[in-house]
Amino acid sequence: MEQKNYWKGIEELQKDPAFVEASSKEFREELPLEEIFGSDSTMLASTKRRDFLKLMGFSISAAALAASCKIPVRQVIPYVFKPEEVYPGVANYYASSFIDGSDYCSILVKTREGRPIKIEGNSMSSLSGGATNARTQGFILSLYDKTRGQNPTVNNENTTWDVVDGEIKKQLQDIKAKGGNIRILSSTVLSPSTKQVIADFAEYYPNTKHVVFEPVSNAGILLANERSFGKKVIPGYRFDNAKLIVSFGADFLGTWISPVEYTRQYIKNRKIDAGNPKMNKLVSFESRVSLTGSNADLRVPIKPSEQSIAILGLYNKIAAKAGASSISGVPSTSADDKISGVADELIAAKGAALVVSNNNDANVQTVVNAINDILGSYGNTIDLDNYSNAQQAIDSDVMELVDDMKNKKVDALIVYNSNPGYASGFAKQFADAIKNVGLTISLNGRQDETASLLKYGCPDNHNLESWNDAEPRKGIYSLAQPTIAAIFNTRQAQNSLLKWSDNTDDYYTYIQKYWEKNIYPSAKDSGSFQSFWDNSLKNGVYENAAESGGKETFKGDVSTVAANILKNKSEGGVEIFLYENIGIGNGKYADNPWLQEMPDPISKVCWDNYVSVSFQWAKKFFESNSLAMNLSYDDKRTKDDLDYNTVHIVKVTSGDFSVELPLVVQPGQLDGTASIALGYGRTKAGRAANQIGKDVYPLVSYNGETFSYALTNASIKPTGKTYQIARTQSHNTLEGRPIINEYSSLSEYKSKHAEDGKKYKEDHEEIRKSTIYKQITYQGIKWGMSIDLNSCIGCGTCVVACNAENNVPMVGQNEVFRAHEMHWMRIDRYYSGDIENPEVTFQPMLCQHCENAPCENVCPVSATNHSSEGLNQMIYNRCVGTKYCLNNCPYKVRRFNWFDYTMADTAPWNALNVKDDVAMTDSITRMVLNPDVTVRSRGVMEKCSFCVQRLQEGKLNAKKENRPLKDGDAKTACQTGCPTQAITFGNLLDDNSAIMAARNDDRTFFVLDDLHTLPSIGYLTKVRNTETLS
Amino acid sequence: MANFGESSVRPSLIKGDKTYHDITEDICRPVEKAPTRLWYIAITITSLTALYGLTLLGWTIFKGIGVWGLNKTVGWGWDITNFVWWIGIGHAGTLISAILLLFRQKWRTGVNRSAEAMTIFAVICAAIFPLFHMGRVWDAFFVFPYPNTRGPLWPNFDSALLWDVFAISTYFSVSLLFWYSGLIPDIATLRDRAKNKIAKWTYGFMSFGWTGSAKHWQRFETLALVLAGLSTPLVLSVHTIVSFDFATSVIPGWHTTIFPPYFVAGAIFSGFAMVLTLLVIVRKVFKLEEYITVDHMESMNKIIILTGSIVGCAYLTELFVAWYSGNMYEQYAFQNRALGPYFWAYWSMMTCNVISPQLFWIRKLRRNVWFTFFMSIVINCGMWFERFVIIVTSMHRDYLPSSWSYYSPTYVEIGIFLGTIGIFLTLFLIFAKTLPVIAIAEVKHILKMSGEAQKKKNEAAERAHDLEHGAVPSPAFQTTSYKP
Repeated sequence: MEQKNYWKGIEELQKDPAFVEASSKEFREELPLEEIFGSDSTMLASTKRRDFLKLMGFSISAAALAASCKIPVRQVIPYVFKPEEVYPGVANYYASSFIDGSDYCSILVKTREGRPIKIEGNSMSSLSGGATNARTQGFILSLYDKTRGQNPTVNNENTTWDVVDGEIKKQLQDIKAKGGNIRILSSTVLSPSTKQVIADFAEYYPNTKHVVFEPVSNAGILLANERSFGKKVIPGYRFDNAKLIVSFGADFLGTWISPVEYTRQYIKNRKIDAGNPKMNKLVSFESRVSLTGSNADLRVPIKPSEQSIAILGLYNKIAAKAGASSISGVPSTSADDKISGVADELIAAKGAALVVSNNNDANVQTVVNAINDILGSYGNTIDLDNYSNAQQAIDSDVMELVDDMKNKKVDALIVYNSNPGYASGFAKQFADAIKNVGLTISLNGRQDETASLLKYGCPDNHNLESWNDAEPRKGIYSLAQPTIAAIFNTRQAQNSLLKWSDNTDDYYTYIQKYWEKNIYPSAKDSGSFQSFWDNSLKNGVYENAAESGGKETFKGDVSTVAANILKNKSEGGVEIFLYENIGIGNGKYADNPWLQEMPDPISKVCWDNYVSVSFQWAKKFFESNSLAMNLSYDDKRTKDDLDYNTVHIVKVTSGDFSVELPLVVQPGQLDGTASIALGYGRTKAGRAANQIGKDVYPLVSYNGETFSYALTNASIKPTGKTYQIARTQSHNTLEGRPIINEYSSLSEYKSKHAEDGKKYKEDHEEIRKSTIYKQITYQGIKWGMSIDLNSCIGCGTCVVACNAENNVPMVGQNEVFRAHEMHWMRIDRYYSGDIENPEVTFQPMLCQHCENAPCENVCPVSATNHSSEGLNQMIYNRCVGTKYCLNNCPYKVRRFNWFDYTMADTAPWNALNVKDDVAMTDSITRMVLNPDVTVRSRGVMEKCSFCVQRLQEGKLNAKKENRPLKDGDAKTACQTGCPTQAITFGNLLDDNSAIMAARNDDRTFFVLDDLHTLPSIGYLTKVRNTETLS
Repeated sequence: MANFGESSVRPSLIKGDKTYHDITEDICRPVEKAPTRLWYIAITITSLTALYGLTLLGWTIFKGIGVWGLNKTVGWGWDITNFVWWIGIGHAGTLISAILLLFRQKWRTGVNRSAEAMTIFAVICAAIFPLFHMGRVWDAFFVFPYPNTRGPLWPNFDSALLWDVFAISTYFSVSLLFWYSGLIPDIATLRDRAKNKIAKWTYGFMSFGWTGSAKHWQRFETLALVLAGLSTPLVLSVHTIVSFDFATSVIPGWHTTIFPPYFVAGAIFSGFAMVLTLLVIVRKVFKLEEYITVDHMESMNKIIILTGSIVGCAYLTELFVAWYSGNMYEQYAFQNRALGPYFWAYWSMMTCNVISPQLFWIRKLRRNVWFTFFMSIVINCGMWFERFVIIVTSMHRDYLPSSWSYYSPTYVEIGIFLGTIGIFLTLFLIFAKTLPVIAIAEVKHILKMSGEAQKKKNEAAERAHDLEHGAVPSPAFQTTSYKP
């Protein structure tokens, strides 16, 4: 059926265009809108419906877009059940111990809301007495190292504890059943309980032996003491009893055995009392410039190969004076005239003299013992009864272990906190030998070079997550308590050993039992064990040292050992000495950016190791190889301070080992010798240290009895390559500027200080008055600081303490090279005198909090201004970053956030320039940040605030107790960290305060006083004790 | 023949026999003609350079100031060097338009328009640096004393950098007004001549309804005088205040009282050099040699000798005072300038600014267009080095030798500087294409058209008369032509 076309009218039929047009409309006629709505109606507005919809669409999408850009809301969750003693915003301190192998310090751990954020020294300890060093300060950062072991592993694959425990235990039982040999290889174990755990383990699994290995060993001292006195110990040195200290290469202020303890002892006799000025004298014989050498009153450069001969020479001189037999056939050395002078002085200081050496040869140490014996040191400056446990490694033990492994005599190897796969001269043999061992277990805290060679990885807790104890010195006990639950899936090594030896106790109970059994009985009048334990835990230490046993009888045979020493002949060539870096140690702290970025005290290089050579040697080297010598000493016109940091790369060869390293000219390094730091060039260190520097452990040799860190007959060849080395100070002299004052001798001080002090004070008052502006008067509080340059040894602890306290960003090697380091505090090191053996002076430099601060009046937005308490303060959120204040600061202590170093920006994607593994840009590392201190964003200026958060806390505490602020209520981080108490801080308006006592000292001077900046920091003149003792 | 009462000493400032109409035609031609190929090539290069600089500026904001070569010791480098350099360049425009107007130096009319435009563009380029050298440029408004609820919190009126903010914003506003108000009659001319609808409307809008009535002209003249009066102190004050950035500090090499006059002289010195650089090109390309004559160049070269010598004296005075003061820091700062690691910058500055302008004592060189062009570039380089020397060499070795450092720019800083040159030239090219590069109305003031024309007419009539009567013209009736 066809659909017909109906039509209604003619228009439709004819398809009249007007009709067609009208029919498409809904309303054919115009609507009488005007009649309905009136002429000014919105319906008639020019905005069309479509426009309206467009606009609405735009508005909604714009609003949606704007809303979605909002910063995500972060919830702050309050405690539902508040833990006991935890108050939000109030810090808790727990006494604990920093124990890592041979490194020890008694500490207080500051926690905020259950999170450890800072380490302070524990003044209850008689060893450290509240002192710390850089490693101790930096230890807190390693807790949050996200590259620590996070899970147990089998063949480097993550697994669970049940799996590893099951497999390990089964295999151990098998070995036990067949009577196989088990070896536990560890670094020095200070903990008596841990030793007991190992002993228990050995009892449970017979044929277990504990081998101790130290990368930088002092086995020579242990062996020498055994031969000389029948006591295989590191003696308890008493630097505080010594009037004259002679060190043959022993850097006891920096790295040698127990530096915190020794520094504290040493500095006791370094403090100048104006009424009765007395000082000890330090003589240092060394090839490289160590921290100790740079502080020495007399520094004698001597080749490593001549060191033992010089010690023999000294023995002969002293023996001759004391009427003992001397050794014949001792060749002369370059230092002979100095040695005879020193011998006279040593005799003069008999009973208060101390000779120490870093030489790891037992023969040499025996001669040192003989010298000390003649000088009557035993019982006075050396205490063999209250010996130190700091170094327990006998080098031959580990070599024997490697041999046994090679010969398949070892069935199981457990490595605990030791890294011979990297930090040893035999790393390659070790790696090969490990293949012969059936069961290999790592109890190291991370999958380092050694752990990754082993089958099972059972990562240890961090020390701050663990219970532990220590006996750093006989009779001096120390406890460590966890300050945070284990962050990762790790387990304390002792618990692992206990578990495998079927001991049901956990280590905490175990320690308590051990203490109850072995230590508690020695404590008199301490009540029940529980109260003894509680008290010890609260104090962190329990000390029960015996009186010194007095004189020892020297039983050594000097002539035999002398013959042994004289057998060794130098083979010529360049002599190289391998040393431990003050920050990263033997390499175990390499993954700590705070310690990597802490400049070396002398060379001011960070993030690298290098070959230090003398100026003379370098000059010859460059001339003979026709290389350009970019040295700031060379030619005045071409000395470019940053170009000075562009150095040549040289190839160091010894035997069949060679390594390419940057060459750094080090004034004071002996001509013909070189020195290189160990601990760099790690491959499995974690985030910060991989491929930083070069590994020189292969140069460590073994002489059949001990390791040797000095070698002769090395060659240094140019490679034609250059390298940019990161160092924080590139200009080394004072240019004759009156920035530091020092007295060249004690007698000069005695005769001049009163007069000098008076004159300086008058001049200072004159300068203070010479202004047309109104002077500020302070009421109540005016903060001030005093830094004793005579106490400061330049160790850099304050720098790291400041980093920790103030969230100072770490910037990494490349940024340091660009002079972008952010340290609020630096230690300026200046040389004076002979370039081949200069005198070194240190000057800590931080914001001087000038009363008349040049930075304040130039800021266009008043972002830096003066507080009513004399602080020069920074308002970060007001700062627009013109850097004008930085330019106008005569002390150059202001630091600009060139990039977003700490991820403080709301735009995290632009923090690209900083290596994520260096800076605090991940959420775990950021846990170390101090919540009381603003994390500065990109583009703002920052600088030392005198730890204003601590000052506020001190004031608030005084207020809560309703009393005026008293001296010592507020202390800065650099002050509390300093091992030598060089820094005094306090209220300058309090006449009885320690700071006023220091300010009134005749030695006080201000840096750049004549600029009328009126600094709040006074420095106390350094005094060198250069006179001959008689 | 008598010279019809005119002085024979003053030469005509416009060469060639120009009528009023010729002037309009000559100056409007480049604007009305379609842009040449050369113009297109030029603007492509300059705008790409500008874009490159702007991209790097964006990169700086995105990443942080760390992409520059500045460090813990040297907080200002190329950024503030460029700022002072550009601000200095701007000064010539204001000097020409304001001070020379007040001193009735009529020759200024040939060059003032371009010089003023140059001022505006230079200040725009200059302003980029103090703004973007801020670590947090998004908070730059903190420097303004706006009412706020933070206390209220005001900026620090003691800071020379804040004075800069006011000095430069005032300077920019006044210069812009001056330039634009001078443009109005000329824009009206373009409007009246425009054939294209858009151009007519645009120029019409921009000319603010100028009809050329006597009232308009009277107000125009008054405004010019008032603005000249306002601008005159600015010529001296702006660079004085810029110099305070340094002079009020404590850094040796910065802290000197000689800076204000020294900086003003230097600014005029470099400004004139830049005017010359631009005009030598403009007059050639737009064939305006008859309006921008060698006489103009000579006058400007004379100012260059004067200001260059002032600057040279200032350099020597600084050295003398450093020695005479007995202040070891001051002495070292100057010794370090001349002999330290930046010695090349110092000696470049000395050569370009002190020695080379002295060649303009030779008249022949002064009037040589190409030599002038070459010298203008040399002086611009020299003045850039002067600012670099003052800023960087003083700072990189100040008081404590432990912090001494070396500064060299990164590609970002160099790129941003090139970018500002690109911005400057792009703006100038757009200006040259859309607005008259010479003030038409003002140039007409100095055209001696009626007198000259009558003179020529008389001469022609006399000559015709003489020829007709066969008489030898008596020497008394011989025309005396002017010899410069």
